[in-house]
Amino acid sequence: MEQYIPLFLTKYNYWVYIALMMIGLWAMIAKNNLVKKIVGMNIFQTAIILFYVSIGAKYGATIPILQHGSGHGHEAAVRAADYINPLPHVLMLTAIVVSVATLGVALALVIRIHQRHRTLEEDEILEQLRES
Amino acid sequence: MKALALAIVALVGGLLISATVDFPDWGDPASPAALHVSPRYIEKTMEDTSVPNIVTSVLADYRGFDTMFETTVVFTAGVACFLLLRRREPRPGPSRVYRHRASGVIVEMSQAPDTEPAPEVFKRIDDDWTPHDLIVMNVCRLLIPFIQLFGLYVIAHGHHSPGGGFQGGVILGASVILLALSWDLRTASLRMREVATGLMSAIGVFIYAGVGALALAMGGNFLDYAALAPILMVDPVAARSLGIFFVEVGVGLAVMATMVLIYKNLASEGRLDQGL
Repeated sequence: MEQYIPLFLTKYNYWVYIALMMIGLWAMIAKNNLVKKIVGMNIFQTAIILFYVSIGAKYGATIPILQHGSGHGHEAAVRAADYINPLPHVLMLTAIVVSVATLGVALALVIRIHQRHRTLEEDEILEQLRES
Repeated sequence: MKALALAIVALVGGLLISATVDFPDWGDPASPAALHVSPRYIEKTMEDTSVPNIVTSVLADYRGFDTMFETTVVFTAGVACFLLLRRREPRPGPSRVYRHRASGVIVEMSQAPDTEPAPEVFKRIDDDWTPHDLIVMNVCRLLIPFIQLFGLYVIAHGHHSPGGGFQGGVILGASVILLALSWDLRTASLRMREVATGLMSAIGVFIYAGVGALALAMGGNFLDYAALAPILMVDPVAARSLGIFFVEVGVGLAVMATMVLIYKNLASEGRLDQGL
């Protein structure tokens, strides 16, 4: 049992993201309402974003903005270990933008589906499609 | 169906959790992600671009292509929402609701009038109208200019503090959405018309691509802002910093206009006359 405690303490962040991700996946697969599926998709995306950002973390480092950064940078040398990894932040900045864009388009599609079928329940929509 | 979904979710979750044993520890400075590429960016950013915020310099300069097409994704999402939802005819049932300003009496017209009544006497309100809250309306009216000022600060100061085009653009767009929520959609549409949202989101993408093409015309590579140094009359390193600022302005414009465009179309089901 005792050998699992350090494992938990160093890895529990990943487990939180996996739990979040599975909540989103469950919502996308099992929920019947289209808006709930979209909410699930957003939870899934948020879990991925948190996962990437936590990869960039370093103990004892600060945010990736250089201190004493004015002027043209011929001052003291910058040590990479003092700053957390900026790349996951950049990648997730763009991923957040994509998630907003997909959310907007998904909601627009849901509105169009509701205008045509007057319902957002997947089984009722499928039934209407089979009848026609 | 639910049992199958539960089985899939449990299987995927179990596989992922068993895989985390091989992952680097949380916050480990010697994790593989922190060793190979990122030190180059952290150490050379000041030398290359004179931008202290590494995220901004990587976003707009080292990975400028990625961000340009990211802006295009935002623009495309706005266009997709517009094409899916926008329709010209008014809501079903052409009745319109007005409130007499002096007396507070509410009048419903079963036919939409040919000419709108004088706006100083009658105020048009939504037909699922809720009484406007004086405190909410005026607090929002006072706050919105400061929110917009902060949005501009976030865009312009993205070189030195957390911020940049995407964040500032979202703040600016949120200020317009706040106006639409606290007053009504027509008030917000008068401040920022549909043509303006469409044009601004296109202009934002155009500014970004235009800065890149200008660098190409000056003899550099596409989006190599150092080639702009002769026009800007600064040294090449400062030209990169300024070039990042220009593209961030383009990103901010595109994001703000697209957020407002998406919100308006979603809130009014594409009719832009009334909504949340």
